[in-house]
Amino acid sequence: MRGLSGAMPPPIGSAHRPRRWDLPAGTAMIAFIVRRLIQSVLVMLTVALVGFALFNYVGDPVNNLVGQDTSMEDRAQLREDLGLNDPFPVQFARFVVNAAQADFGISYRHGRPVEDLLIERAPATLELSLAAGLFALLVGVPMGIYTALNRRGWLSKAFLTISLIGVSLPTFLIGILLILIFAVWLGWLPSFGRGTTVQIGWWSTGFLTWDGLKALILPSITLGLFQMTLIMRLVRAEMLEVLRTDYIKFARARGLSARAVNFGHALKNTLVPVITITGLQLGSVIAFAIITETVFQWPGMGLLFIQAIEFVDIPVMAAYLVLVAFLFVLINLIVDILYVVVDPRLRVGGGGGAGGGH
Amino acid sequence: MTEPLLSVRDLRVQFPTRRGVLTAVDGVSFDIHPGEILGVVGESGAGKSQTGAAIIGLLEPPGRIAGGRIILEGQRIDGLTQEQLRKVRGRKIGAVFQDPLTSLNPLYTVGRQLTETIRTHLDMSERAARARALELLQEVGIPGAADRLDAYPHQFSGGMRQRVVIALALCANPRLIIADEPTTALDVSIQAQITSLLKRLCREHDTAVMLITHDMGVIAETADRVAVLYGGRLAEVGPVDDVVNRPLHPYTEGLMACIPTTHDRPPRLAQIEGSMPSLTAMPDGCAFHPRCPHAHDRCVAERPPLFDHAPSSAACWLWSSEGTRTLERTRA
Repeated sequence: MRGLSGAMPPPIGSAHRPRRWDLPAGTAMIAFIVRRLIQSVLVMLTVALVGFALFNYVGDPVNNLVGQDTSMEDRAQLREDLGLNDPFPVQFARFVVNAAQADFGISYRHGRPVEDLLIERAPATLELSLAAGLFALLVGVPMGIYTALNRRGWLSKAFLTISLIGVSLPTFLIGILLILIFAVWLGWLPSFGRGTTVQIGWWSTGFLTWDGLKALILPSITLGLFQMTLIMRLVRAEMLEVLRTDYIKFARARGLSARAVNFGHALKNTLVPVITITGLQLGSVIAFAIITETVFQWPGMGLLFIQAIEFVDIPVMAAYLVLVAFLFVLINLIVDILYVVVDPRLRVGGGGGAGGGH
Repeated sequence: MTEPLLSVRDLRVQFPTRRGVLTAVDGVSFDIHPGEILGVVGESGAGKSQTGAAIIGLLEPPGRIAGGRIILEGQRIDGLTQEQLRKVRGRKIGAVFQDPLTSLNPLYTVGRQLTETIRTHLDMSERAARARALELLQEVGIPGAADRLDAYPHQFSGGMRQRVVIALALCANPRLIIADEPTTALDVSIQAQITSLLKRLCREHDTAVMLITHDMGVIAETADRVAVLYGGRLAEVGPVDDVVNRPLHPYTEGLMACIPTTHDRPPRLAQIEGSMPSLTAMPDGCAFHPRCPHAHDRCVAERPPLFDHAPSSAACWLWSSEGTRTLERTRA
């Protein structure tokens, strides 16, 4: 959760400075975004360094390119041509500049530019992650609210028990179990692949065909189940916490309807931590898609990555690494901005804020 | 005398726990008349807040009203469903809580919280509600109220927030406000402002107040009548002047003796020996007898009822018809 530090307000003093009202909210907001952007760039450079190191330290790139009978002179010539004799900073800078333009070189195995491979595979992974994320949110949040409001109901207890299973079973096992039940025994849903896809420009989508949607169900449940149980438990815990606060008690004492209190006042206050965790989890959904994609033979970036590891296809590995990091950073940035949108106390650079009740 | 606005009779509040049933409020009775400020004093755990919570139907579960009656304007309000109670809360009984820093939802503007409350109880358009919200903020003395309507709670100081809380309690012009330690969390200088504000508003709106506090100073300044609670039971109730200057109950007497005065300074502050018994270990008879300098056999054996000794009444055997205090008092 290190990435969050930038979003936290500075230490809160009990003294209140009323001058803060006059501060245009926009200025602090822009300063905040700029600060986060700079941090993001630093994170990306670090990841790029790891990706770059893969080339030089996992095998020899020249060896990977040429045949066994290439002479030492040719090898030296190639080394010189590729710029591999340049000083480290120059090579790294070249890597970063190319990476920034989405140029990661040629895949050793496929013999095609890595970015083409990724672009081809990206829609499958992104659609799967989106479906899994939506499943986790649309099921997890209502279940969390329900279990918090009806703490003693038998249905709540059932949800919590099931969620425990969701948290403790590993993803691949859930995938295999789902395949066994819904594909093998019941025969309702396909066990692998994306089904029929429709090409829209460079984007291939499974959302538009019945077949594609059916193929999406099992993998997205598999991928989203862990996040769903996590979100459910998080929403529940936060909601219970908020329901105990004075402002909820005071809202009730003012005779506001249960609906207004629970959904208007309590739910919005639970959203700040939920958004944070959900955002971070969305990044890991994309990253962990590797396992689900392997189980369901889903033709996405994760599967590409696993295959790249088997063949020591370093350009693909490096590109995937950088891409996943980029998505994480991007999502984090969006989360931090959402944070500020939801919580007015962060809008004015953290003035006051003692009333959080947290 | 006029019909009381609120009449609490023999109220019992219990908390079933693993170790048995705790009785937090035990047979408390009092009246509040229209426009009157009733101070409720007592130590922590004496049942003051639980009495207030029971009246507005907001006892924390598993707490529940185990007996007695609560009658508001001639209508019983204990035992109403949550939905029926909701129409009483805010509309007929407003509430002000202890900590203004945590009483307001940090994510909504003050104006939104006001209009939401107004529109819940009164049939008003958004515009009319906003106009009323502005009026309320002006009334509670928020400077530049028009500009502050769209400010968030964290942009107000503690004292200002408590003013907003009072405005919120007044939204639907309730007949009674239950103020649970409204000044405890505030600076001393702000405390006086808030109490006098509360007092002024209630005079203007003819709203009664149940002022729960442990601060005798606040009571003496603000209240018309006082109820003294001890160990979940009513020890004494009467007009503020009588309770403060001519206390009947030995506990009240002790309490008053503890207030330091500026003109004669004792080397040590007076205190009542011992401490209030916990709810799990309530003694038989009078709850105060282990600490009472006047305790006798009957106090240990039998719980005293409330003896009327106009203008006050006290739950103490000394004031029964055969008690010893009756004579002293007449002589004094």
